[in-house]
Amino acid sequence: MLIPCPWCGDREDIEFKYGGAAQIAYPANPDSADDAAWARYVFFRPNPKGKMAERWVHSAGCRRWFNLVRDTVTHEITPTPAAEERR
Amino acid sequence: MAEPHPHPNHLWRNPEPKRAYDVVIVGAGGHGLATAYYLAKNHGITNVAVLERGWLAGGNVARNTTVIRSNYLWDESAAIYEHSLKLWEGLSEELDYDILFSQRGVLNLVHSLGDVREGRRRVYANRLSGIDAEWLTAEEVKAFCPIVNTSPDVRYPVMGGTLQRRGGIAKHDYVAWAFARRADEMGVDLIQNCEVTGFELEGNRVVGVQTDRGPTAAGRVAICAAGHSTVLASMAGFDLPIQSHPLQALVSELLEPVLNCVVMSNAVHVYVSQAHKGELVMGAGIDPYISYAQRGSPHVIEYQLAAAIELFPIFSRAHVVRTWAGIVDVSPDASPILGLTPIANLFINCGWGTGGFKATPGAGWVYAHTIAHGQPHALNARFALERFTTGALIDEHGAAAVAH
Repeated sequence: MLIPCPWCGDREDIEFKYGGAAQIAYPANPDSADDAAWARYVFFRPNPKGKMAERWVHSAGCRRWFNLVRDTVTHEITPTPAAEERR
Repeated sequence: MAEPHPHPNHLWRNPEPKRAYDVVIVGAGGHGLATAYYLAKNHGITNVAVLERGWLAGGNVARNTTVIRSNYLWDESAAIYEHSLKLWEGLSEELDYDILFSQRGVLNLVHSLGDVREGRRRVYANRLSGIDAEWLTAEEVKAFCPIVNTSPDVRYPVMGGTLQRRGGIAKHDYVAWAFARRADEMGVDLIQNCEVTGFELEGNRVVGVQTDRGPTAAGRVAICAAGHSTVLASMAGFDLPIQSHPLQALVSELLEPVLNCVVMSNAVHVYVSQAHKGELVMGAGIDPYISYAQRGSPHVIEYQLAAAIELFPIFSRAHVVRTWAGIVDVSPDASPILGLTPIANLFINCGWGTGGFKATPGAGWVYAHTIAHGQPHALNARFALERFTTGALIDEHGAAAVAH
């Protein structure tokens, strides 16, 4: 699987570490979040069959984090958004 | 070594789906078939369909490395896995089908002081749970499995190991087919090429399923779909804390008998046994990313083989004949989720992750009880979905053996 690092270009996936789903928000009001809300934040993550927004870090390269959209069935990585927007 | 069972042309009927069933099981893998069998045998519920989107027993039950053991750390896990192991011990006779269950011993190697402490702790915990477990020194490891390299000159020398002599392997396909044949004989409809595309709900209660071959009414519906669990749960309107990853395995060519037991090592990460037919069967760690593709990255296999060859220099001339992957349903605490769902009459069995094969009879047995009674058996009560809210996790990452 070739992963397009926004800074280094296409590199093999062995150079990267996976960061899981992108855009996981910390509870907005942590003091008032109940057990169910904390359970959702801590344990529940998107697991779609199809396109998935996710985080990767180029750990054996530039060591920077970025986002991309990958299809979990075909492993195809959507070329958009542009590299600048994925940083 | 027992002769394989002679095969008739057909082990089960190939029926058309009926309009209604008492119970619909989604997924004709090992767990789904075992569940159907125990529903019929233990609970007299035979108006049952097992719906399978592909072909019977073509998913993870066909793709795993067939290791069977019960040496888990916590009481809840020990109880359910040991219940399963006891069922394995009588399964060939019960199903009248030689599933080639071989209790050749499962050896878990340790390579660091932390591993030593964890391994000894688990031996003691297992014994307190009534499970056979032994601690072996490096010399005793060498005596039990002579081809393991116990030299101090390797990167991570073997410092000892735990041994469960009652552990072993079975022929995975025969297990699924044996359950399928018996379930079919008792009247269960095994329906292949029938994909569930939605659930019929009345308020908060499931009353049937939609499939690509039409709707089917159901008194109760039981999801048993491993890597596709979250896909089905989201159709029914609830979420599961499950991540679907590829888990790769491989076999060598057929070799003369060379490996007498199952060897696993968490630290250098290899687990290997030699199948009855003669091939070395090895498993890798999971690929890190979410995937439904039933394939993984080649470098995972490369790491796996590097570890195997350091532990077993004799394997260095063997050839990899075939690699493949299954999609495993990984839960946050490396323990299954087996019980009720937020939807009435809809049940869930998932989260077995990298270790579901060994649980096949036990999971089917308790899942059938849960479906028949509408509430969990004592053996699976603690494996409820609610534990992620209450915090009563059952952390088995140490005993799960596959890195994730």
